[in-house]
Amino acid sequence: MSSSRATVFVRRLIPPLAVLVIWQFLVTQYGVGDGFIPAPTEVLAALQEWIFGDGGRYSGSWWASLRDSALRVGAGFFAALAIGAPLGILIGRSRLASDLLDPLLQLLRPIPTASWIPFCLIFFGIGSGAAIALVAVGAFFPIILNATAGARHVSTLHLRSARMLDATPAQILWRVVLPAALPSLLVGARIALGLAWMLVVISEMVAVKSGLGYELWDAYYYNRMDVVVAAMVTVGLFGYLSDLAIVLIVRKYLFWNVSTAK
Amino acid sequence: MNTSATLSADAAHVAAGISVRGLKKVYRDDTGDVVAIDGLNLDIHAGEFLCILGPSGCGKSSLLNILAGFEKPTAGTATLNDEPITGPSRLQGVVFQDTSALFPWLSVYDNVGFGLRNVKLSKAQKAEKIRSTLKLVGLHDFADKWPHQLSGGMRQLASIARVLVTDSRVLLMDEPFAALDAMTRQQMQKKLIEIWQATKITVMLITHSVDEAIYLGSRVLVFTKRPARIAVEIPVDLPHPRVVTDPEFNRLKSTSLTHLGF
Repeated sequence: MSSSRATVFVRRLIPPLAVLVIWQFLVTQYGVGDGFIPAPTEVLAALQEWIFGDGGRYSGSWWASLRDSALRVGAGFFAALAIGAPLGILIGRSRLASDLLDPLLQLLRPIPTASWIPFCLIFFGIGSGAAIALVAVGAFFPIILNATAGARHVSTLHLRSARMLDATPAQILWRVVLPAALPSLLVGARIALGLAWMLVVISEMVAVKSGLGYELWDAYYYNRMDVVVAAMVTVGLFGYLSDLAIVLIVRKYLFWNVSTAK
Repeated sequence: MNTSATLSADAAHVAAGISVRGLKKVYRDDTGDVVAIDGLNLDIHAGEFLCILGPSGCGKSSLLNILAGFEKPTAGTATLNDEPITGPSRLQGVVFQDTSALFPWLSVYDNVGFGLRNVKLSKAQKAEKIRSTLKLVGLHDFADKWPHQLSGGMRQLASIARVLVTDSRVLLMDEPFAALDAMTRQQMQKKLIEIWQATKITVMLITHSVDEAIYLGSRVLVFTKRPARIAVEIPVDLPHPRVVTDPEFNRLKSTSLTHLGF
């Protein structure tokens, strides 16, 4: 059975609204959380002050924190993409590169990204550099692994088709291997971007004195749980929006790939 | 190789002959050597429509892959217009059995234009060539569609077009209609004869449908089981369009079936 768009929209809206209403009710009417859990209305007020206030702790600093975190996510993500995508395609297409690099990658991959924090601090010091480095390390693996898989599974039919149509090796790379690997590469990019937001928060909690993660952790020490939740909501929202951006790119440019584009 | 041959906007399909002498192809696998072809001699005359009929796994596809330049013979020679075939080139184009051989990320127009990338023609000349080839195969109204929007039969027509557009001398077809339903298959056979009559390109078509071979071929070669040898040569002098209920058609059909062991 098909439902109208409006029906679907309302249906999808009900659970989040229900959670908010129950949460509000439990906190304000029954005192659940002993004052440590802020009600949604308090979170909204904190967020409003954080965004529109003028100076002072958790007042008006939202924009600068968001900008710092987003720039670190972007820088780390694009650094990982710039290194991981070409290297992954190389590993996927060259037996030599695969034999040389694949075992090394498989050894490094299981190391939890957060455990690289000490090295990030030693090399980049306390500041943006360490956060960007950590984001880049975390984003690198899903990107390179998916780029490798995509390049490795280019259809023999397409490679043979290109060769029989006198394509040069460069044309085969740019016009066959790259588009064929793109769906898989973008799957990797999507996972990487999700990880990037997680890692930027972790790194700002321990290694940087600015950004949404820093303010979140700072607010925890000052027992401002309303600000903590406001920071969580902010990171969640922008994580969602950056994910949506990739989904829209996939829809626009990979419509030909019937298995991923919907 | 004949790659020095330049194409002009109005070049006709100069048909070419293929000559195979003492051809041998051995595949190595875990269980030992598999001799697909052993000492095969055969000629494909310029402008003819040769059908090769044989049981599954008899080495027909190995022959096609060698003529296409995708595989090297273990021994013996294959020449195109007296030049040895050293690799794939647009002189001998292939239409694969799999209907997904078009590049899914390119429109029908760009798929057909792919083989003109390295051809010295003006943009307008290329566009004219692509349009006229699409018209020849009957896809002129589908230039702006994408492969996933076409039926299997149309995709095979587009595959034929991308070979014809480069002024290929030989069209090698590996069970091109095997994946299609019976009705579509008949339409495609009719269309293929029209295309062949219009271009006079040399065609070698592999099939295991006796009806298809006799409907299409100006000559039919029935292959033995592996290793592939020629069991019988059947010239088909019937005029096109052929009638499958014609007594002569059925006499040729029963000769083929006898040599296939039925």
